[in-house]
Amino acid sequence: MVTKTETREAPSPIGVNVPRVDALEKTIGAAKFADDLQFGPGLLHARIKRSAYPHALIKRIDASKALALPGVKAVATGADTPGYIGLYLQDRHIFCRDRARYVGDPVAGVVAVSEEIAEQALDLIEVEYEPLPPVFDPEYGASPEAPLLHPDLGKYEVANFIFPEPGTNIANHFRIRKGDVEAAWSQCARIIERTYRIPHVQHVPIEPHTAIAQVSESGKVTLWASSQSPFAQRNLIAKALGLSQSQVQVIAPYVGGGFGSKAGVSMEALAVVLAMKVRGRPVKLRLTREEEFYTTFVRQGLVAHFKMGCDSEGRLLAMENRFYWDGGAYTEYGVNMTRAAGYSSSGPYYVPNVKTDSYCVYTNHPVGGPMRGFGMPEMHAGLEQCIDELAHAIGMDPVQFRKINCIKTGQTLVTGMTMHPTGLSECLTKAAEAIGWGRKDPPSAPNKRRGKGIALMWKAPAMPPNAGSSAKVALNEDGTVTVSVGGQEIGQGSFTIAAQIAAAALGVPYDWVRVVNMLDTDTSPYEWQTVASRLTWSMGNAIKAAALDARRQILELVAKAWSENPEDLDIIDGKVISYRSEESISLKNIVVYGISLPDDQGWIGGPILGRGNFMPTYVTGLDPETGQGPRAVVHYTTGAQAVEVEVDMDTGKVEVIRGVAAFDVGKAINPDMVKAQIEGGLVQGISTALFERLALKDGVVQNASFVDYRIATSTDTPRNIQAIIVEVPQDDGPWGARGIGEHSMVPTIPAIANAIYDAIGVRVSEPPFTSEKVYLAMQEAKLVE
Amino acid sequence: MAIHRIALTVNGEYEQVDVPSNMTLLQMLREKLALTGTKNGCNAGECGSCTVLLNGEPVNSCMVLAVECDGASVVTVEGLAKDGVLDPVQQTIIEHGGVQCGFCTPGILISSRALLDRNPDPTEEEIREALVGNLCRCTGYLRIFEAVKDAAARQRALVSG
Repeated sequence: MVTKTETREAPSPIGVNVPRVDALEKTIGAAKFADDLQFGPGLLHARIKRSAYPHALIKRIDASKALALPGVKAVATGADTPGYIGLYLQDRHIFCRDRARYVGDPVAGVVAVSEEIAEQALDLIEVEYEPLPPVFDPEYGASPEAPLLHPDLGKYEVANFIFPEPGTNIANHFRIRKGDVEAAWSQCARIIERTYRIPHVQHVPIEPHTAIAQVSESGKVTLWASSQSPFAQRNLIAKALGLSQSQVQVIAPYVGGGFGSKAGVSMEALAVVLAMKVRGRPVKLRLTREEEFYTTFVRQGLVAHFKMGCDSEGRLLAMENRFYWDGGAYTEYGVNMTRAAGYSSSGPYYVPNVKTDSYCVYTNHPVGGPMRGFGMPEMHAGLEQCIDELAHAIGMDPVQFRKINCIKTGQTLVTGMTMHPTGLSECLTKAAEAIGWGRKDPPSAPNKRRGKGIALMWKAPAMPPNAGSSAKVALNEDGTVTVSVGGQEIGQGSFTIAAQIAAAALGVPYDWVRVVNMLDTDTSPYEWQTVASRLTWSMGNAIKAAALDARRQILELVAKAWSENPEDLDIIDGKVISYRSEESISLKNIVVYGISLPDDQGWIGGPILGRGNFMPTYVTGLDPETGQGPRAVVHYTTGAQAVEVEVDMDTGKVEVIRGVAAFDVGKAINPDMVKAQIEGGLVQGISTALFERLALKDGVVQNASFVDYRIATSTDTPRNIQAIIVEVPQDDGPWGARGIGEHSMVPTIPAIANAIYDAIGVRVSEPPFTSEKVYLAMQEAKLVE
Repeated sequence: MAIHRIALTVNGEYEQVDVPSNMTLLQMLREKLALTGTKNGCNAGECGSCTVLLNGEPVNSCMVLAVECDGASVVTVEGLAKDGVLDPVQQTIIEHGGVQCGFCTPGILISSRALLDRNPDPTEEEIREALVGNLCRCTGYLRIFEAVKDAAARQRALVSG
């Protein structure tokens, strides 16, 4: 007799390093990205006329000369876009109407038979501006002296957890008032007070933003886009244009890197408005690399003031934080990053007294969007350096100091929420051990100095409380499985995870599962967005539910055919088996055609289609005055990173020799892909720590090319990166899993800053830590002549 | 704009194409021959996504005019696998997890193939140098280096075996 224990030992793909479902297609040049889709000779091309002023009234637009250029089909302006658009705060028109608010703000668009003609036509559009005084600094922008950028702020539609302050440039003000900070300072043995200015950086996906829109005579809108968020784009574009969501179809092929820049709505809506002017014809808008740098969402700049203190035994007693986020001209996401930084403002530490004011401030800079880490890399950059300084100030080892203070299971968080089971302490111990903490290795050359640094992190998925996922699991004639999801494959491996989860929950081999790789809002099940490192957890739950639904249907069918109880049956390796009768039948044939009853009594069953969804139901609101509430977020992923650096005393060049990182992912569905995220994130973190800064001068981006804006290349990557997986399960994650995609670059800037200090005894606090900056700091400290 | 008829070999196939004077090799491959495996990441010779082999040498195809390719032999990512058998660099980049979003992958594969054609046993330093013109924002590169080393080893085993 087959026992349950025996058969359940059939290989499960959970926790196994199966190959990626998308790797082969991507390796042979067959994977389709938005720019690869073919639209035939009817395709038209669009280019965008952009504001050259950071802040100006638009007095007049005359497109008559552009329209007269042979080959030009249409011009669109703000006159065509009266509606507002925005994810959390609807503060933007698709094309500017009366006012332009950043250099790059779309003022008009041209559709023509070729890109060249569209580009020529841009110069023929006459725009009369009246320049207005600009705001380039968020702290100044928040002051009463600053010119007002959004006089209509009080009239904008806004989500109920965002708190704009009409009559100012403050688009959101998030407060934490926990304990009594003022009383706590007197009990502190040491207090550190620091300010950090974290520069804007760009996402730099290698695939530029591309959108193709077509509007039929009946008014049906189809948009093909390189998109992390087809459903959010459908929703927001429909609302802005006064359409039903069912009239808008968004089709999203593979995304060639997103990192947040292809979430929400940015340039995609421009293509739709332009296509409305030339009904029936597809219109393609593809950003140039230069436009990628200055017109797409940026990682916001941050001015962060920290004050923190501890007692003589190294226990953190109080923190007072003021964050001024450079939200830019509009706040697609900035308002929610401000909130996320607020409710996570203690960092991954237990602090009894916390006062935080986190402001999202309108400026005349490019629009702040989500970027890998969603505010956390910027906030941790300063916070984790302060923690280091405080440890040194009371004469305690920085690892020991973090061990004492880091957040532990059951402690009360800064919002009043109770911390769920977390492996942060284990991550810290393992990262410190792996880097050889406390051991000083000799430098590779006499003119170099070596140092080690460590930093912790935490991050919760920042999203509306009820962001939902759904999934479909359909079975094919031969028993293979087609999984449909609305979450995107942007390189992080979501489709592979989807296949593993479906295979495991259903009971079929992993290689029987295919994941539909062209998302389509008309046919794919709903997914809020591919952001917040939420897919493995949220979409994973939906897939698991859909697979279990299909499994239930199959077991009920077979039970009926065999006159058995479904409870005695199981699906193992693609076969239904009975623990009672020891019967067995392959899924092949029965999952579409059903099962014929004996003695020609007809058939039972029918095509099997499982459906499942998931939505967190337990997140509560927070008090607008205190930021307190029972459950601020779904969960926190935590981790630690440590690096070893060498500083060249002749040049100031910092080299990261070695990196280690340990993250608590709950359960690694695919350990190798978790490690790939940890490695890739660390290198992106190194890139932002050592090289990257979007140089803005009077609102103009000075380095809008790969030559002037340097990202890490093959020669900048450390020799060795060690990724360590810690698994303390998440109670509502599939098999206990929680996300890891963004977290891996959160602690890198401060880990490197702390390592530089360890190497040379000088704090170079504000990234990027370029050779020049480090050398000048060494000169000032009289380390070099 | 003058139109030129050129003849060339692409992935072993003879092609005749009519191209305007200002059309790049990248545009010709993608728009005239629908070989969209070669990607356009910057159109300025800076990111390496459009790397192809031109007469055996790796070039940024966005920096080469199509008319210059009359009589040339071009290999794109679509031409790496032969008779359903992957090139060793394709096989190993899959096995080592060197693919994430996949947009830079075609250019990385072509640059790697070019490296192994001229140097069957490269050091990691030489691999890093060979790939310095191919930007990748996802992987952090290390798995790609491992894949190229492994591909080199397999290729040498094939040759000697």
